[in-house]
Amino acid sequence: MSELVKIENLKVYYPIKSGFFDRVTDNVKAVDDVSLTIETGKTYGLVGESGSGKTTIGKVLVGLENPTSGKISFEGQVVTTIKQKKAINYNKDVQMIFQDSQSSLNPRKTIGDIISEPLRSFGVPGKIGAGYDGQRSFEQDKINARVLELLDIVGLPARTVTQYPFQFSGGQRQRIGVARALATNPKLIVADEPVSALDLSVQAQVLNFMKKIQRDYNISFLFISHDLGVVRYMTDNIAIMHNGRFVEIGTTEDIFDNAKHIFTKRLLSAIPSLDVKKREENRAERKRVEREFVQYKNDYYQQIGSYMRAYDLESISETHFVAIKKGEN
Amino acid sequence: MNEKILDSKNVSVSFRINGELQTALHKISVSIKRGEVLALVGESGSGKSTLAMSIMGLHNAEQTEVTGSITLDGHELIGLTERQFDQYRGVRVGMIFQDPLSSLNPLMKIGEQISEAIVVHDKNAPNLKGHVQRLLTDVGIINPKRVAQQYPHELSGGMRQRVMIAIALSNEPDLIIADEPTTALDATIQAQILDLIKEIQLKKNAGILLITHDLGVVAETADTVAVMYAGQIVEQADVEELFANPKHPYTRSLLRADPSNVSPGEELYAISGTVPALKDMDHSKDLFLQRIPWLSDDVVNATIDEELEVVGDNHFVRGNAWKTFEFLDVTEKGHAK
Ligand SMILES: Nc1ncnc2c1ncn2[C@@H]1O[C@H](COP(=O)(O)OP(=O)(O)OP(=O)(O)O)[C@@H](O)[C@H]1O
Ligand SMILES: Nc1ncnc2c1ncn2[C@@H]1O[C@H](COP(=O)(O)OP(=O)(O)OP(=O)(O)O)[C@@H](O)[C@H]1O
Ligand SMILES: [Mg+2]
Ligand SMILES: [Mg+2]
Repeated sequence: MSELVKIENLKVYYPIKSGFFDRVTDNVKAVDDVSLTIETGKTYGLVGESGSGKTTIGKVLVGLENPTSGKISFEGQVVTTIKQKKAINYNKDVQMIFQDSQSSLNPRKTIGDIISEPLRSFGVPGKIGAGYDGQRSFEQDKINARVLELLDIVGLPARTVTQYPFQFSGGQRQRIGVARALATNPKLIVADEPVSALDLSVQAQVLNFMKKIQRDYNISFLFISHDLGVVRYMTDNIAIMHNGRFVEIGTTEDIFDNAKHIFTKRLLSAIPSLDVKKREENRAERKRVEREFVQYKNDYYQQIGSYMRAYDLESISETHFVAIKKGEN
Repeated sequence: MNEKILDSKNVSVSFRINGELQTALHKISVSIKRGEVLALVGESGSGKSTLAMSIMGLHNAEQTEVTGSITLDGHELIGLTERQFDQYRGVRVGMIFQDPLSSLNPLMKIGEQISEAIVVHDKNAPNLKGHVQRLLTDVGIINPKRVAQQYPHELSGGMRQRVMIAIALSNEPDLIIADEPTTALDATIQAQILDLIKEIQLKKNAGILLITHDLGVVAETADTVAVMYAGQIVEQADVEELFANPKHPYTRSLLRADPSNVSPGEELYAISGTVPALKDMDHSKDLFLQRIPWLSDDVVNATIDEELEVVGDNHFVRGNAWKTFEFLDVTEKGHAK
C-alpha cells in the first residue's frame, strides 16, 4: 500500500456578492476543513448531499481551482496550487470525468479533436492503462489509432471521430468524457458522476472497464456518485459529505453495514427499492428516519444561524470515523 | 378523469447528418392519461430525449424532420409555428431537461430566471420575490436568498438541476416531461423531489412523462413503463407486471444489469456490442437480436410485425424471439423454451 495523494485541512471558500453594488458580503464554505488520503490502486467514494462540496474537492484536486487553504501532496510532492501542479505536468497523471458532460465538451470541436487533445499535450503512452510511464509518442498516426481504441473501450463506433457533441445523446457524451479522461493513462481519475446518464448495461460496461484497468494497472479513483448501489459495488472506502464537511468516513462495509452518523442513515434509507410492492412501506420508513434526523441533529451538528456545521471526526475504530459531539460515543 | 393528456401516434424523427436524413425515432406511439406517470427507459441513444424534444417542439426545423401526430389535450402539436408552441411550452407543458446547464441562461441570476418563467404565465403575479424563494425552498435549496443572487456556474450540478425543476413546475403544468430529473441529486433530495412532482401532479391531475435510467425510481413512481431500443418501443406494461414478467430480451437484459445485488468481486452483467448506426437501422426487424451472439441469422434477420403484440392486460411486446427462447442471459447460449 502506498500513498498517492494526501489532502490536508482543505478549505475552499467562494465569495458571495449581494446588494446593489455586488459587494462581497459573505463566503460560501464549499469545502470546510477536509482531509483525505488516497492510496494507489484503491477507489474512494465521495457521497453526500447535493451542494455539499464534492465537485469542488474534485476541481481542486485536478487543478481547476485553487484552495483557500490547506495542503495537497502527490507522490510526496506538494501540489497545492494550480501553479505547482502545472510545474510537474501533473495532469498527465490526474484526470477528471466531468459531471456536466455537455458543457465540458467544446461544441465547436469534433469528438476526435476532443479526445486527442490530452494525447497531443502529453503524448500517447506505449500501451493503454494507468500509470504506464514508458515512452510516449507524439506522432499523428499513433494519436489517431489511440483515439479509436479509446472509443472502442467505451462502446462508441469509429465514425464518432468526425461528429460534434450536439449529435450525441446524454449517455454517449458521458462516454466521450470517459474516453478523454483515460487517454493519458492517469494514475488517478476523479470520476464525477461518470455513469449517471448511462443505461444499466452501458453503465456495467464502463464500471467493468474501470475495475479492469484498476486491476491491471493499479489506478486509483475518486468516485463521486449519488447512486449508492454503484458506490457500494465500486468503492473500497467512502467519505460522506454534508455542508462542506465530512460527516463519516469508513470502509464500504463500515458505511453500509454500520452507519453511525444520522445524515448517513438518512441517505441510506432513501435509496429507492426495485420492489414495486414496497412503495408505501419505503415512504413511511423515510418519514420515520426524517423525524429521527430532526430530533437528534443537535448531537451531530452545531447550529450556526440556519447553517448546520458537522462536528470534527472522532475515531470509533481503526477505519471508521464519525462526526459527533465529543463524549457522545 | 381518464382522458388522455398526451397522445402520440406514429411519431418518427430524422436528423440531417452529413446531408442525409437519418431516422432516430421510428413510429412511436405512446399516450399518457391525466394522473398517470409513464416511465420511458432504455438504451442510451435509443431516442428518449428525441421524443421529449418533439413534444416540446424544440428540434431545429431545418435539420430535423418530425412526422406523425402528437396531441396535447386533443390539440395537434406537430407543425405548429414557434409562436403557437409558446402557448404550451412552460405553461401547459413543463419540461425538465437532461442537461441543466445548457437550458439555463449563463448570464442571468437564478432569481431573475425563475421570475421570468412565472411572468410568462401571469404578467401581474404578486410578490414575485417571495414566490421565487418559495419555489426554491420547495426543491430543497437551503438558502434560497443566496441562490437567487447567484449565476448558474456558481451552483453545484444538483442545485442547477433543482433550479430547472423549480422553473418547470412553477406554472403547475398539465403535462410534466422530466428527462433524467434526479441524476445529480442525492437519495434524500431525490425522494423529496419525486414527492414534490407527485404533489403537483395530484393538484392539477397532470400527466407525467418520466425518462430515467434509474429502475429504483421507476419502481417507486411509475404507473406504466415503456422500454426503448434503437428508436422503437420494444415493450410496454404496467410497472408491476414489467418487473415481474419482462418478456423482450432487451428488457430482461436491462433488469439483469442492475449492480445492487452483485458483489464487488464479480463482473457486472453487460450486453456485448453496440447499437447500430442510425443509418444502418432496419426497423422492420427486431434490432436487438443482432446483439445476441448465439442466435442464428434467420432469427436475427426475420421481418416482424410493425405493431407490438398484446400479451396480457396492458402488456405489449415487439418481435417474436421471446416466444422461442428464454433469454436468461443474452451473452451466453440461451435455452429454447
Ligand atoms: N464558482 C462558484 N461561486 C460561488 N459558489 C460556488 C461556486 N462553485 C460552487 N459554489 C458553491 O459551493 C457549494 C458546493 O458546490 P459543489 O459543486 O462542490 O457541490 P457538489 O457536492 O458537487 O453537489 P452536487 O451533488 O449537486 O453536484 C455549493 O453551495 C455551490 O453553490
Ligand atoms: N441533433 C442531432 N443531430 C444528429 N443526431 C442526433 C441529434 N440528437 C440526437 N441524435 C442522435 O439520435 C439518437 C437518439 O438520441 P437521444 O438523445 O434521443 O437518446 P436518449 O435515448 O435520450 O439517450 P440518453 O439516455 O443517452 O440520453 C442518438 O443516436 C443520437 O446520437
Ligand atoms: Mg457536483
Ligand atoms: Mg437523453
